[in-house]
Amino acid sequence: MNITVNGIPEPVVDGTTLAALMSARALPASGIAAAVNGDVVRVALWAETVLADQDVVEIVTAKQGG
Amino acid sequence: MSATDGVQIAGAQLASRLWIGTGGLTSIATVTDVVEAARPGLVTVSIRRISDQSEGSLLDELRRAGVRILPNTAGCRSAREAVLTAQLAREALGTSWVKLEVIGDETSLMPDVVELLSAAETLVEQGFTVLPYTTDDPVVARRLADLGCAAVMPLGSPIGSGRGISNPRAIEAVRAAVAVPVVLDAGIGTASDAALAMELGCDAVLAASAITRAERPAAMATAMRLAVDAGRLARSAGRIPELVTARASTPTDGRMGT
Repeated sequence: MNITVNGIPEPVVDGTTLAALMSARALPASGIAAAVNGDVVRVALWAETVLADQDVVEIVTAKQGG
Repeated sequence: MSATDGVQIAGAQLASRLWIGTGGLTSIATVTDVVEAARPGLVTVSIRRISDQSEGSLLDELRRAGVRILPNTAGCRSAREAVLTAQLAREALGTSWVKLEVIGDETSLMPDVVELLSAAETLVEQGFTVLPYTTDDPVVARRLADLGCAAVMPLGSPIGSGRGISNPRAIEAVRAAVAVPVVLDAGIGTASDAALAMELGCDAVLAASAITRAERPAAMATAMRLAVDAGRLARSAGRIPELVTARASTPTDGRMGT
């Protein structure tokens, strides 16, 4: 199936969880957050959040800003 | 009152009335020098998509410096987008404080106050401490305060313009309209602008571009810190009234030839 991560299409295997998607990336241990289809998913729920075809995932952190 | 007394926001005591933004920094390394020079009450950051570069280094620097971090919703164009950004910020940074920005026009970067009020209402309901970036309109400021915002942050002039405070009377009107702290946000160009903001009765000043885009950011950060203190002191010292005519300061008694 295909999902979109930070605006980029990405093929993933069926049953992929948000936790699996996140751990496959070199992400810092803290200071990040994720949303699926416009809703924040708390870290505690990443492992049980199974992604579906066409899901839109956003992964964010703090950057420079006024 | 000392020149360096802090300011209370939503029950939290911030040690300094100078707040700084990290937008416009040319390098992450500069942030440490700027923070050291400014000794800010808090530092703002934005919430953006993570990329493959060495992320987290800005956060690491700020955490090392031990400053309070205020995430913003910069760039958001709707209440919905701003609320999601605030929620992501709370999750990522563990703070329910948010500098709420909803931009209504890409050229002027003026706030969309309709969306702003809507987002503020939602976020206050969700337990956020909301610090909204707004216009210098006392009516909007009062609406925001009535919704439960912890402060209001009127603009002095457009974001990044460095034009200072375009309408000082409007800032005074905002000050008079609300009981919550007023933080002059946007438009600061140099130290005298920050001093003026404090003289007009603002409780704090947020400077970003004025510091980060200065030729020597740390030197400007020091200047801003001193200016905020000077303006605060001048405000409390009770300035003399402006007169139409001159008023001699030297006594005429004992003048020769009289």
